[in-house]
Amino acid sequence: MKIIVCVKQVPDTNEVKINPVTGTLIREGVPSIMNPDDKAGLEAALAIKEETGAEVTVISMGPAQADIMLREAMAMGADHAYLISDRAFGGADTLATSSTIAAAIKDLEYDLIITGRQAIDGDTAQVGPQIAEHLGIPNVSYAEDIKVEGNALIVKRQYEDRYHMVKVQMPCLVTALGEMNKPRYMTPGGIFDAFREKQVTILTRKDLDIEDKVIGLKGSPTKVAQSWPISVKPAGTKATDLDPQEAAEAIVEKLKEKFIF
Amino acid sequence: MDFTLSKEHEMARSLFREFAQKEVKPLAIEVDETEEFPKETTRKMQKQGFMGIPVPKEYGGQGCDTLTYAMCVEELSKVCATTGVIVSAHTSLCAEPIKKFGTPAQKEKYLVPLANGEKLGAFGLTEPNAGTDASGQQTKAVLNGDHYILNGSKIFITNGKEADIYIVFAMTDKSKGTRGISAFIVEKDYPGFSFGTKEKKMGIRGSSTYELIFTDCIVPKENLLGDEGKGFGIAMQTLDGGRIGIAAQALGIAAGALEATIAYVKERKQFGKPISAFQNTQFQIADMATKVDAARMLVYRAAIAKDTQKKFSVEAAMAKLYASEVAMEVTTKAVQLHGGYGYTREYEVERMMRDAKITEIYEGTSEVQRMVISASLL
Repeated sequence: MKIIVCVKQVPDTNEVKINPVTGTLIREGVPSIMNPDDKAGLEAALAIKEETGAEVTVISMGPAQADIMLREAMAMGADHAYLISDRAFGGADTLATSSTIAAAIKDLEYDLIITGRQAIDGDTAQVGPQIAEHLGIPNVSYAEDIKVEGNALIVKRQYEDRYHMVKVQMPCLVTALGEMNKPRYMTPGGIFDAFREKQVTILTRKDLDIEDKVIGLKGSPTKVAQSWPISVKPAGTKATDLDPQEAAEAIVEKLKEKFIF
Repeated sequence: MDFTLSKEHEMARSLFREFAQKEVKPLAIEVDETEEFPKETTRKMQKQGFMGIPVPKEYGGQGCDTLTYAMCVEELSKVCATTGVIVSAHTSLCAEPIKKFGTPAQKEKYLVPLANGEKLGAFGLTEPNAGTDASGQQTKAVLNGDHYILNGSKIFITNGKEADIYIVFAMTDKSKGTRGISAFIVEKDYPGFSFGTKEKKMGIRGSSTYELIFTDCIVPKENLLGDEGKGFGIAMQTLDGGRIGIAAQALGIAAGALEATIAYVKERKQFGKPISAFQNTQFQIADMATKVDAARMLVYRAAIAKDTQKKFSVEAAMAKLYASEVAMEVTTKAVQLHGGYGYTREYEVERMMRDAKITEIYEGTSEVQRMVISASLL
């Protein structure tokens, strides 16, 4: 069995600040991490590897510094790593990104592709399902658990007020939830191997069979008009232990306090 | 001369730091208060490969180097010196001499489970009347057919009751003095091997420090480590390596106290401003940071020397001497900068100051390190 895990290097949003004037992320000096949902997806793949002897390949699209994250993935136990990196891919929205990644994956062998549900720097949750569409394979999103059963997977899919048990034939794509597991640590020997024994294969524009019009800025129909920080709203007050009359009075009192009423 | 760490060493440090923060730090106070050996943490470290860092992969280890191992002990000791010494005693004092002096069969039988985390190791040299003067060994080993019979006792043994495999030194020929000392690999369940009292200590209170008692203890002949009569040399060479581990532990304690103090002085307000705004605080922090960094350079140099040079006794002695004295000085200053709070168990610097003291004493006192260093010069 061959598993491909898509991983993205993202700024650690616990450390990110927003420029109050421009409304954009201040990325300088912010540590980069492996996107948490992707890391959970990698852990799921490594668990399957332990059980079945599957081969795990990680793939990422990004600048050269994403190399370090791919080494981290190999230090956790991934066998191979690819980095899709070229200026021609810059400025890509989710559609151009998924087109590019799908073009790279198309040339690799796989039974299962795992992506994170979404990346903490964009929160779109689009790239995984789009890759599945480009490759013409089924997609199961929001996985809480993945079990291999012959040529199929049994995926526990989170839903709003319930979960679904989905049986899906491989090859397929699954998007993983960060809360599905606790990713393992790297091992010291794994780290040494990742730098001294293993390679990160770089894929550039010329390595991919893809049209210019679907990559980079040109292939990106999304236009960002403006971005701004979400104002934090307090949790609010509940008046559950009062009768309706008292509750209404308490609410009116609160509104008066805040000069709303 | 290049002072930058390689990417693999940087990544290894980030691993050790993350593990220490998430798995070790939350238990440090409890380990100190209860004097309980952190079994669960040790099990996690065994699973994680931390117990075989400088051991080749062919023997179940991680195939890394001494520097990586030292950084592991450093990062663990930043948050819990007890946890740091568990790794140090196991790796430097038990796995290392088997790696260096063991036969292929001994390596297969003992080094592999030590390095892959199945078994925990310890080292027994010190006796009630043989401390700094290790030549005064009174434990005896007598060859009797296909086994040796050991009689005597060892004290202050780190990982004492928790270990599975012990390197034990005993006199096989008293008339030859230090040339009559031999080293043995002893398993916990050998008949005649038992434990005496547990030490109640000032610091590193969770490390299991016990007396080992041998009463007609039967050790198979094939468990002789190295040749008969070569035990003293094995002990001294093993301690050279052990000093790098303890130096790394001392460095970690000092660095941990410095980090805690920097955070504290920025928050603590007196006379209407944080105490970090006072020049005394700034100068103290500057001195502490400079000494911690100097200690780190000596520890890393010794670690690299162990892997690249034939002899590294002086580098190891300098690293241990300096790092342990810096640990004592920096933790004392850290308590002073914390004021009254620093004297309470509410703040970790109190524990760090107690933990620091042992690093000036065990695996060769500061005075022994000065003897080693000056002997190379005079």
